Amino acid sequence: MLALSGIAVIVIGFALRLNPMLVVAVAALATGLGAGLAPLAIVGAFGKAFNDNRFVSVVWIVLPVIGLLERSGLQERARAVIASVRGATVGRLLFAYLLFRQLTAAVGLKDIAGHAQTVRPLVAPMAEAAAAAQGVADDAGRQQIRALAAATDNVGVFFGEDIFIAIASILLIVGFLAANGIILAPLDLSVWAIPSAVAAVAVHGGRLWWLDHKLAAPSPPDEPLRTERGEREQRR
Amino acid sequence: MITLAAAYALAGLMFAAFAVLGLRDRRPGNAAFHALLSLSFIAGDRLGDIGNGVLVLALVALAGSGALRRSAPATTGPDERRAASARHGNRLFLPALIVPATALLGTLVLKDSGLVDPKQVTLISLALGVVVALAATMLWLRPPLLAPLQEGRRLIDAVGWACVLPQMLASLGVVFALAGVGTLVGHGIGAVIPDGSRLAATLAYTGGMALFTIVMGNAFAAFPVMTAAVGLPLLVRVYGGDPAVVCALGMLSGFCGTLLTPMAANFNIVPATLLELDDRYGVIRAQVATALPMLAINTALLYALAF
Repeated sequence: MLALSGIAVIVIGFALRLNPMLVVAVAALATGLGAGLAPLAIVGAFGKAFNDNRFVSVVWIVLPVIGLLERSGLQERARAVIASVRGATVGRLLFAYLLFRQLTAAVGLKDIAGHAQTVRPLVAPMAEAAAAAQGVADDAGRQQIRALAAATDNVGVFFGEDIFIAIASILLIVGFLAANGIILAPLDLSVWAIPSAVAAVAVHGGRLWWLDHKLAAPSPPDEPLRTERGEREQRR
Repeated sequence: MITLAAAYALAGLMFAAFAVLGLRDRRPGNAAFHALLSLSFIAGDRLGDIGNGVLVLALVALAGSGALRRSAPATTGPDERRAASARHGNRLFLPALIVPATALLGTLVLKDSGLVDPKQVTLISLALGVVVALAATMLWLRPPLLAPLQEGRRLIDAVGWACVLPQMLASLGVVFALAGVGTLVGHGIGAVIPDGSRLAATLAYTGGMALFTIVMGNAFAAFPVMTAAVGLPLLVRVYGGDPAVVCALGMLSGFCGTLLTPMAANFNIVPATLLELDDRYGVIRAQVATALPMLAINTALLYALAF
């Protein structure tokens, strides 16, 4: 039971908003000690796992490209495009992105977009511009729109990827069942992800529709006052 | 054959450049942090387990002591950006789309070519896309030579130590597995289900998947534990549920947990820093109203379709 002490460390640490890096290190130590491992063995096990999981952090190599394009006005361009589309609303825009993420993930392309690659440079500024035309002008409101853009990316991927037969989670299930004497093909499993995928479109899409309903109808694209002020505050 | 090592080398060189620029910018904490990451990417396989462990402890010490600071490398101002945006027009989207397009094409074309490791083809294609997009943008816009590195440093310093948190949590999951945490939790949940209730067993399985995923930050870690404790012995063997339905919806219930936990840092914490939200849990807050209904729906679907 002492091995569970790490979970307690995690829960308390995150609840108190302590530095997560410290929390993780202490949780690993507590878990290892609770399971009777020597301190040096814990350090070695964690080090090996860290090295094996470097692929998780490789995605940061997109930052120089994104930063370079931001410097050249990419976010401003994304805003201008949305501001010029008549009838563009934050709900409709994010709903389109939700479908794009689900459909591409369903055919195995979940890594072509993401928070660094597409949300920060394109989707978030577009969503902010659409929301600005609907009357979202304060910083807190804009932060909520950006958070919703990131949330939409996650929801789309999570409830799309399992339809693809060669995704890690489906292969994990196939392997686990085979080890327990149940032989299934990946396709047998992935079809059962489709009802949830449809439900996710309804639930998250419904929330986006409700958001549009709550916000004002979009003002004409050339109402300069609100968007200009919005952009200036955004830069701060 | 091109393996992930090529992408690691690229990442290692990028972090080395961030370290040098950070040192020149009098940010020794940031420089040390990025130098260690560079070392990990370039020479991690030669450091040994203890060596890598010490490297991690150094990263933790730097992050925990507040040694990392935001930076403000010279960049363009809002007026310059608006002018550039108007000047370049929608062509600005092209380089941004090179990265996903190359990742897509590479995944489809290079997979069976024998040139790249087929298991890692998307990440390698992503790295290739970065190189192509950088070259194209540099030739087209002709910014200062150091601009991509300085702009990259501006963004990575905005993310701070959180850039390595997902990798840390993945490693913690390995330590949890080593200590048998999963089996303990699985037995605990298995022990509290009342006998003879198919509904209670279904709720325990999907709810347990979500809860254990919240704790571990990863549905993959929760799945074998919960399925071995509740899914297979009860739902499949006792109540005759279809294993394909049980497992598929069990995994998706776990994903609902992923949407709710700071432990899934790459999905929930990293975007909050990347999008410069004041609330570290802002993305999770935006997900609650989707995740909880989806958990109920997955539970209902399992109950309706499996038996």
